[in-house]
Amino acid sequence: MALYESVFIARQDVSSSQVDGIADSLQKVIEDNGGQVAKREYWGLRNLSYKIKKNRKGHYALFNIEAPVEALREYERMMKLNEDILRYMTIKVDELDPEPSVVMQNKGRDRERGERGDRGDRGDRGDRGDRGGRGGRRFDERPPRDDGPRGDDDKPAAAASAETESAKTESAGADEAGKETEKAGDDA
Amino acid sequence: MNAGRPGGGGGGGGGGRRPFFRRRKSCPFSGPNAPKIDYKDVKLLGRFISERGKIVPSRITAVSSKKQRELTRAIKRARMLALLPFIVKT
Repeated sequence: MALYESVFIARQDVSSSQVDGIADSLQKVIEDNGGQVAKREYWGLRNLSYKIKKNRKGHYALFNIEAPVEALREYERMMKLNEDILRYMTIKVDELDPEPSVVMQNKGRDRERGERGDRGDRGDRGDRGDRGGRGGRRFDERPPRDDGPRGDDDKPAAAASAETESAKTESAGADEAGKETEKAGDDA
Repeated sequence: MNAGRPGGGGGGGGGGRRPFFRRRKSCPFSGPNAPKIDYKDVKLLGRFISERGKIVPSRITAVSSKKQRELTRAIKRARMLALLPFIVKT
């Protein structure tokens, strides 16, 4: 008998207990045809990367199967007939992995991390934008005076006003520029 | 292109003289505690697809050709199960 790994995705509208029932019936199909299920996993309701039959989410379940070809054929036929199953994929493997799969191992952690990771990325992009603004100010070498320390609207005005005074207070301006960047760094 | 050329120069010898010589990275799936390529491991596979969802060529990721074939198959399986996108629309 050959070894297989099979994943199926059930519709998002069915409850997890119903998915369990579907899995039970499929397991029974395999066992009735002389095969056995070595491992069964329920990955929960996951987001699909793209819509399948207008579903954005789906219940994922995994089987590790040791069964003859006929059992597999019947098992796949049953999944094809079942309206609640959006998609299935059965893969022949050389050996079954008895440990819980990667998905199960970091199911709880993965979700949190995923969200945090996304937010982190957005934060990074924001930082980069700020840096660009600072860089522009530094090129001018005219720190805004006592009025608004930052803000895009202030920048051109401050630069223009500083233009006239630049010649007199070259060194002072440079010092202030240093302070300004420090301040901005603290704010960020 | 740039990344490929220095590597080739290094192979031909005399790469040390090149100003932008970069040592060829080794395959991330070879060696002792290398991760196993599995279509279920979305986090791992996600590192080898571009922002748009395309598979990144091995000349950039330095994956060996044998492992790249394995990786490609795993990514395509993950796509079929909607674990990875076929394309990310902008």
